[in-house]
Amino acid sequence: MTGTINIDGQNIPFEEGQTIIEAATAAGIYIPHLCHKPGYTPHGSCKLCTVKVNGRNCSACTFPAADGQTVINNSDELQQDRRRITQMLFVEGNHMCPSCEKSGNCQLQGVAYHLNMLDNHFPHFFAHREVDASHPDILIDHNRCIFCNLCVRASKEKDGKNVFAIAGRGINKRLIVNSPSGQLKDSDIAPGDCAAHVCPTGAILIKRTGYQVPIGQRIYDHHQISEVALAEETGHGE
Amino acid sequence: MMKTFLDKVLAKADYQAVRLLSILREVQAQYRHIPGEAIDLLAEALNIPRTQIISVVEFYSFLHLTPQGRYDILISDSITDHMLDKENLLSYFSSALQVKVGDVRSDGLVSLNNTSCTGMCDQGPAGLINGMALTRLDRPKIDEIAALVAAEKPLSEWPAHLFIVSDNIHKTGLLLASSLDGGAAIRATFSRGIAETQAELDRSGLRGRGGAGFKTAMKWRFCAEEKSDTHYVVCNADEGEPGTFKDRVLLNSYADQVFEGMTVCAAIIGASRGFLYLRGEYLHLHDKLQAILQKRREAGLLGSGILGSNLNFDIEICLGAGAYICGEESALIESLEGKPGIPRNRPPYPVTSGYLNKPTVVNNVETFMAAANIAARGGDWFSDFGTEKSAGSKILSICGDCEKPGIYEYPFGVSIRQILTDCGADDVMGVQIGGPSGTFIGNQELDRQLAFEDLATGGSFIIFNNSRNVLAIAQNFTHFFAHESCGFCTPCRVGTSLLKNQLDKIVGGHGSAGDVVELESLCHLVKNNSHCGLGQTAANPILTTLQRYPDLYQKQLKDISYEPGFDLDGALEIARRMAHRDDAAAHLSQVED
Repeated sequence: MTGTINIDGQNIPFEEGQTIIEAATAAGIYIPHLCHKPGYTPHGSCKLCTVKVNGRNCSACTFPAADGQTVINNSDELQQDRRRITQMLFVEGNHMCPSCEKSGNCQLQGVAYHLNMLDNHFPHFFAHREVDASHPDILIDHNRCIFCNLCVRASKEKDGKNVFAIAGRGINKRLIVNSPSGQLKDSDIAPGDCAAHVCPTGAILIKRTGYQVPIGQRIYDHHQISEVALAEETGHGE
Repeated sequence: MMKTFLDKVLAKADYQAVRLLSILREVQAQYRHIPGEAIDLLAEALNIPRTQIISVVEFYSFLHLTPQGRYDILISDSITDHMLDKENLLSYFSSALQVKVGDVRSDGLVSLNNTSCTGMCDQGPAGLINGMALTRLDRPKIDEIAALVAAEKPLSEWPAHLFIVSDNIHKTGLLLASSLDGGAAIRATFSRGIAETQAELDRSGLRGRGGAGFKTAMKWRFCAEEKSDTHYVVCNADEGEPGTFKDRVLLNSYADQVFEGMTVCAAIIGASRGFLYLRGEYLHLHDKLQAILQKRREAGLLGSGILGSNLNFDIEICLGAGAYICGEESALIESLEGKPGIPRNRPPYPVTSGYLNKPTVVNNVETFMAAANIAARGGDWFSDFGTEKSAGSKILSICGDCEKPGIYEYPFGVSIRQILTDCGADDVMGVQIGGPSGTFIGNQELDRQLAFEDLATGGSFIIFNNSRNVLAIAQNFTHFFAHESCGFCTPCRVGTSLLKNQLDKIVGGHGSAGDVVELESLCHLVKNNSHCGLGQTAANPILTTLQRYPDLYQKQLKDISYEPGFDLDGALEIARRMAHRDDAAAHLSQVED
């Protein structure tokens, strides 16, 4: 099935099997997202891409495009909810942008800029989270994990391994590593794995590369995440 | 030795990773936790990553990575248990057993903790010991239990009176009053024809009894029309909504009719396998239900060539392990597949892609029971009762402040007032209809009707009299949702905990101007953006009480414009203890004078 859907008044085509976000991206329309990445199985958990489809809230990254849908993406109400959801992610973990080596390249930060998020709004949880620096080349800082599941999917779908999983329930979710000790050094991850590079925040980092590009010269220091995402993702979305 | 035990458990599970939950339940029962060695052995034997096992253990409340006591005692934390003095009984239990709530005693003999509603609200305060239901707890019973634990008497030798679970059926109706001979519905289906039976089901107007109310005939037709080599029937007996216990009674006394309904469904959609997903809290029903299934096999009502036809169908019982979310049909399917119960993205819906991605019908216990009776007696028998949009009857679990808590069946359309009269409730302040995820109504609304078009319900009906505190009720329910959120999506994972903290702040007297407005806006955020029904309804206890009693919330607020969200003096407690000080200068007032 192919046809057209209408996003914020603009008619755009879609192809059989495309989700709303895929059709939107192909047409050059940005829908904020964090857990979605072209080429990966859609997950639908961060809820930043929530759009109104025929009056009902749906995740654009999982909801299939269908002929004649009326989609609202850019409304004050949706943008406000997205800002609040982003703030939830900020207070859930421990995100200290000024001292984080991912600052400027961090998608969580990029989305926050895009949504004009000026404070954290909610009280912090101050969760106790560990750092796993056991691996010689890769670091996990659990303080910055947002449970987007991208590293889990990357390891399974791209690397053919099963290095990561999300365990726990509710606010006690945690990223776990598939190794006898639970530490990254005892897993079969390699520095070249997609799973080591896919993290949208600074939770999984390659060691000794953090400051190669000085702060101030990084991606979101100069570009809106909307432009960056569309430039990177348009090719995949087709 | 562990290997020998695991080999036995694995063999029983046919080495299938989809049976991980039942395997882990057995490991937990044997070792009181899931030891690291078992995780390694199971990962290898089942050919799954160890992380899947850890994820499952951490997801379900009844599985643990650290050892629980040999007598593991859980006390139900439902609002109805609280109304029956649960909190004092828990303290009494704690001192009788010499163990702190949430702890394992140092000798490893006993552990004590809270658990979400165990489905015994008509006979609480309730609890579980090593998974077996305890009811009507009081001080003499606690003394008795403490003595049995001290004597280390095996649970199988404990006196039966501790484990009595009563049906408490007080009002029968369309379903509860009628009896059905074994095989009657299946015979009627065969003699009438599959298509004709579908038509009867359609004519009956039956809608799903779990609360959502999807038309049953339509669900079965969608599933039947789906082209696939395999279809599945699943009965959802994960009755976790606090205040609900009707499925417990139906499975205790009407299980044959439920299984018969599943078999009729199998004939219609072309399934050869079915599952009964039984909540872990109903472990006490497990053996009885297995025996009923065995009898049905011997009677030719299950197995191959049912009643001489070419229908092959059998039912397997799968036990849950303490996760409210598994009552959501796609989470239930994930759980059946040996995974954490995280609701799936939809579409596709289970009717097209359910268990093992095959077309699957998931229905509530009561729905299957009604379907069996409709197949036997025809659609009109059912649709003659109820209202135009809500055909037939509804079985209610009534508890809280009334003389006769228990099971009541009414035609849809009955007024709340009628129900309250029948169960002996007076001085009513309000009623929670459909459990925490439903609606709180005040005593000005008692002429409203029970029906999909007015007050829909999965069966939970909790009555509160005028001595009860509305905010304490909302607080109990809000804590429940934060505890049961699966944590998959941001708005529910973070939002339900934020709701809990914000409500606690207000109820605890630390709220200031603007905090109720903030609470309400957070409610809408969680409701409108969450992934599944849990998050979409988690704010209902606050929203429905805030709408009716705004003054109660406002009265909690301080007059000042800013109030610290925490207890300033309380935060100094550790410092005072360390410094051995308790003089005036070691205390701070909450706000500057």
